[in-house]
Amino acid sequence: MAPDGIGTALRRKEDKRFITGNGHYTDDLNRQGQAHAYFLRSPLAHARIRSIKTADAEKADGVVAVFTGKDVQAAGLGGLICGWMVKSKDGSDMKAGAHPALAVDRVRYVGDHVAVVIAETLDQAKDAADLIDVDYEELAPIVATADADAPDAPRVHDEAPDNVCFDWEIGDKAATDGAFEKASHVTRMSLINNRLIPNAIEPRAAVGEFDPGTDSYTLYTTSQNPHVARLVLSAFVGIAPEHKLRVVAPDVGGGFGSKIFIYAEETICVWAAAKVKRPVKWTAERGESFLSDAHGRDHVTEAEMALDADGRILGLRVHTKANLGAYLSTFASAVPTYLYGTLLSGQYAIPAIHCEVRGLYTNTAPVDAYRGAGRPEATYVVERMCERAARDLKMDPAEFRRKNFIQPDAYPYQTPVIMTYDCGDYPRGLQKALENADYANFAKRRSESEARGKLRGVGFSSYIEACGIAPSAAVGSLGAGVGLWESAKIRFNPTGNVTVYTGAHSHGQGHETSFAQLISSYLGVDPANVEVSHGDTAQTPFGMGTYGSRSLAVGGSAIFKAAEKVIEKGKKIAAHLMEASEGDIEFKDGKFTVAGTDNSKTIQEIAFSAYVPHNYPADLEPGLEESAFYDPINFTFPAGTQICEVEIDPDTGVTEIVNFVAVDDFGVIINPMIVEGQVHGGIAQGVGQALLENCVYDTATGQLLTGSYMDYCMPRADNLPSFNIGMIETRNPSNPLGVKGCGEAGAIAAPAAVMNAVTDAIGMEIQMPASPERVWRAIQQNRQAVAAE
Amino acid sequence: MPSTVSMTVNGKSVSKEVDDRTLLVQFLREDLHLTGTHVGCDTSQCGSCVVHVNGRSVKACTMLAAQADGASVTSIEGLAAEDGTLHPMQEAFREHHGLQCGFCTPGMIMSAVDLLQNNPSPSEHEVRDWLEGNICRCTGYHNIVKAVLSAADEMRGAAKAAE
Ligand code: FES
Ligand code: FES
Repeated sequence: MAPDGIGTALRRKEDKRFITGNGHYTDDLNRQGQAHAYFLRSPLAHARIRSIKTADAEKADGVVAVFTGKDVQAAGLGGLICGWMVKSKDGSDMKAGAHPALAVDRVRYVGDHVAVVIAETLDQAKDAADLIDVDYEELAPIVATADADAPDAPRVHDEAPDNVCFDWEIGDKAATDGAFEKASHVTRMSLINNRLIPNAIEPRAAVGEFDPGTDSYTLYTTSQNPHVARLVLSAFVGIAPEHKLRVVAPDVGGGFGSKIFIYAEETICVWAAAKVKRPVKWTAERGESFLSDAHGRDHVTEAEMALDADGRILGLRVHTKANLGAYLSTFASAVPTYLYGTLLSGQYAIPAIHCEVRGLYTNTAPVDAYRGAGRPEATYVVERMCERAARDLKMDPAEFRRKNFIQPDAYPYQTPVIMTYDCGDYPRGLQKALENADYANFAKRRSESEARGKLRGVGFSSYIEACGIAPSAAVGSLGAGVGLWESAKIRFNPTGNVTVYTGAHSHGQGHETSFAQLISSYLGVDPANVEVSHGDTAQTPFGMGTYGSRSLAVGGSAIFKAAEKVIEKGKKIAAHLMEASEGDIEFKDGKFTVAGTDNSKTIQEIAFSAYVPHNYPADLEPGLEESAFYDPINFTFPAGTQICEVEIDPDTGVTEIVNFVAVDDFGVIINPMIVEGQVHGGIAQGVGQALLENCVYDTATGQLLTGSYMDYCMPRADNLPSFNIGMIETRNPSNPLGVKGCGEAGAIAAPAAVMNAVTDAIGMEIQMPASPERVWRAIQQNRQAVAAE
Repeated sequence: MPSTVSMTVNGKSVSKEVDDRTLLVQFLREDLHLTGTHVGCDTSQCGSCVVHVNGRSVKACTMLAAQADGASVTSIEGLAAEDGTLHPMQEAFREHHGLQCGFCTPGMIMSAVDLLQNNPSPSEHEVRDWLEGNICRCTGYHNIVKAVLSAADEMRGAAKAAE
């Protein structure tokens, strides 16, 4: 193995620029002659626009232009689209209401885009926006997920009666009904998966540019997938043909899903740049991020689990209402359906599953993928139900899981909800987690806590996720409008160093390091001599970007394929240089050797020769640059067990996480340091959802009540413990690297682990977030109930 | 109303005419092109913008440029030595993987450096407590806390050696 190759905790190559303040985030860019955009947003959740008067604003100091929805419409620009078609169980298409970049005659959520002011300075643009006079006819809003499909609820889109976008199902209803008939016990739960705001710390930003000499556009934007952004802006919005539109996502300060989507602001900035013949820049204020970044989760679920007398799961029935917000965002329809229903088997051999999901419009910000996307929601249902069922049956929750796990010899395992799991070892993951958590001595710790007047609880979450989102054929059959492969290009420069171009996009995941480690392992080039280029449609082959933990499994595999081609080409050159037959050339550790001799050439010598081909035969092509597109044969299925132990002060309701153990199986690990970091970050977001974070709208007015960091409780350093991370490895058979993906595990598993621990401690069910107030109230209620007995 | 503000930034004296409503963070980013200091919120909650003013950490989004008139300001760009040698805190963040997207990082590092000026041997609890004003969405804080504790060890060692 190369010294800094696969498996090494190599320090990150990208860190130097970030720790010295030399990163280049979108807001750090300033183009010659740029003007600033400010968006006037709807103050009302639901209203008809009678008129918009912009004359005063147009005359204000420094104003370059003011545009409304009518201007955008008149320019023939298309609306924002959803890229995933979902059908209802009756076979009808989902009901997609139009989503103009600037509202035309109706606004549908607080923060909806009404007009844009472009001015010399941002302050001037803001001042002028104050002068725009919008005459609104206020309409009643609908906010609450559970009530959104009531027959008398205000209707968000005329196209969707009862606000139902789709009424979808998966699984076998008859078989599931049959399982419940046979059951000796049924566990039932009502579960709310609270709505979250992603909150990447870098706010979204965009700079649009137009070059009249070539009729071409450039958009610098905070995007997780610049090629897809270009495709949508070109093919659907109609800004410009793809070859006249370049999208660059420079350093991006976190995404967590929220930067996958195509938003109004970047669309308008790049369009308006040609209109005003100047670069146009917009950067979100945090308040705008709260209002208009796509939100996550927001499910209301009724679930039932059928069990036999022995504690074996016979069937699972799930009814979910999923809030989609006011408009369908880019992948909104996929999240509560194919990314959710297909994971409801968890790590368990469940003979029958049936799940129905109603996707509902409301007068709230669009809801789309947020770290984990659908899989945290599925895990929350399965893992809360398992823990509840175990408690109902007075079984140890670890024992319950062990009994129901899919066994290590059962792969490939076909679940009743589409997925075919390719490998795993769930009992081993659980066992290691139990040891790391010192579960055997939990009862003792609990009595010690009780002696101090505290409540202690422990909770499990044995999650599974479908990662490496792809393969194209599978996602296509499920309604995706795109293929989900990945691309890579490896370019040797004449002096022997390497540039790797990838369609994946790093916004904190450390690709510049781990991808360089792949090159080190495959081609024997020192990672210091490898540069990774990503995020610019003018540089990299078409790529699909980064989300769903797909960078390594799909993007890394594309690099592997390209490396194979480099080696193949290198062998031809080596054979020529060393006057041997190609079949006799072996490649290892960066050297091409003639088999059975010590005749060899380094890959650097080969590269140099490839660019100085003075004596090449006619059929040997100069250059050493190869590219590959890789479409995997299956999703990957990372899995593991997380165990959370909490101590609660019954007098204040404050929950302290006293231990958090995660044992994950991510397949082969490229850089353990980076992987652990990803797990930490995911757990923090999962704990945030369970204990602190909650996006709240006023149900009467539709106003966002948690619109700043003063109202939306973000996890801070003093809310979290240090984590106990462990790994097991089952090599993924579905991709050449054997990797699975790690970015979302924590966010997927932690909410259930924490809530199982909290409810164990207080002895009753509550919904997320388990804020001190909710916990305290539950404890009081419990005490009163006990006193009344 | 524009007025002239003068201050020393990262050891260099600067003097510029700015609008009265200009915040220190805007002055650094837009007038001086020091874009290492970031803006993550509009309510002084996230700490992405922390710099040192006269040696103490300050959220540069809560201070007007005019209020820093005459002060000595250090931003993340001024933390490494003249010759590029990184500050031990910067080294520690890299060594312990205390950053992912890097956006909160300059503010985190500047806050952490100020902590150690006040308390050279903080406990884990004290580090977490001090960093309460800096939000990181990526790292879960685990590695940030590790980095700060390790920098504290490093700097105490260096201080001892210098005695
Ligand atoms: S930008 Fe200053 S605290 Fe957030
Ligand atoms: S490293 Fe991304 S916010 Fe801290």
